[in-house]
Amino acid sequence: MANDPYKVLGVKKGASAEEIRSAYRKLAKKHHPDLNPGNKQAEESFKAISGAYDLLGDAEKRAKYDRGEIDASGTERPQAQGWRQYAETGPGERYSYSANGAGGADFEDLFANIFTQRPRGPAKGHDRHYSLDVSFLEAVSGGTRRITLPDGGTLDVKIPPGTEERDILRLRGKGDAGVRGGPAGDALIEIHVAPHKFYHRIGQNVHMEVPISLKEAVLGAKVTIPTPAGEVVMTVRPGTESGTEMRLRGRGVPAHGKHAAGDLHVKLNVMVGPVDEKLKIFLEGWEQPGFNPREGLK
Amino acid sequence: MIAFESLHIAGLDEAELMHWIDAAWVRARGVRGAWQFEEVDVARIQLIHTLRHDLEIGETAMPVVLSLLDQLYEMRRNSARLNKALASLPPEARQLLLAKLER
Repeated sequence: MANDPYKVLGVKKGASAEEIRSAYRKLAKKHHPDLNPGNKQAEESFKAISGAYDLLGDAEKRAKYDRGEIDASGTERPQAQGWRQYAETGPGERYSYSANGAGGADFEDLFANIFTQRPRGPAKGHDRHYSLDVSFLEAVSGGTRRITLPDGGTLDVKIPPGTEERDILRLRGKGDAGVRGGPAGDALIEIHVAPHKFYHRIGQNVHMEVPISLKEAVLGAKVTIPTPAGEVVMTVRPGTESGTEMRLRGRGVPAHGKHAAGDLHVKLNVMVGPVDEKLKIFLEGWEQPGFNPREGLK
Repeated sequence: MIAFESLHIAGLDEAELMHWIDAAWVRARGVRGAWQFEEVDVARIQLIHTLRHDLEIGETAMPVVLSLLDQLYEMRRNSARLNKALASLPPEARQLLLAKLER
């Protein structure tokens, strides 16, 4: 030990024996290794403190040191077997707090204790889990939603096109703050897609049924239909049967990631609608020789 | 076993030690006047002596200090046992536990 023993104890050169004793006691109370088990730094500090007190607490040694006849080195007392060496191992159970002693480990306490035992390093903050209801069209075409967090903050969630039911969106760094310099956790948002009134999604394709009138079915027509990306005019050929499916290429879920754009499948349903006298009279005098609509049921 | 005469603790007073034994701060074996000490008891006596005289813990505060110290060391013994048990688990189990502790 090359440190000045006066500095170690924090006293002046001319301090009285009582002042030195008092300074030593004050420091020893704080750093005594039996009161700080497992704390290497306390052990080292206490060595230095007791070494310094060994020298300055003894009037004769102190006088020699002050005259420069001895130096501060070599005054470190080798530490006697402290209480801690016994108390931390088997023999210490003789003075066990829970008097039933040997092996009576209280595991509730044990688990509380692991937290101070494991190495402490930077750790990523916890992830936070949220759930977000979106409309069918938001999920198909994408969009942005601002959600309000339980703590009052807000989070802008970008919903990518083609999002599916139960998809989980990860917002990096939007979870709990990191611990001891670690990165923040993520916000994990589970998406729930509301069903749509007339669209139905299968994979990347969107399906819908479009009603057409008897006249449109027989004579053909141009009908305007709503697609997820806006209205489109579609041609119905003359003589279109009810249940005919048409495919509008690329009008389903827009292209996203590795997926090409899906198609919009349109099923045409013929609606008879209100029937008037004119139609009745016409049909009474009208036949389709040789046509049996139930041919396929034979 | 060690008798009082062989304790070699500087400044230790026999009457004072008897008082500590009566208070159950030291758990000696044998009978009054012929107490026998194990090494752990010697360390205990040294501890109490240090607390009482070097650190000036008063008679009335001593039971509190000793009780807290005994609780602290009991927890440390238990935690050492637990750590030993954990160290013997397969790595996946330890990993799982660490992950839980990070939460």
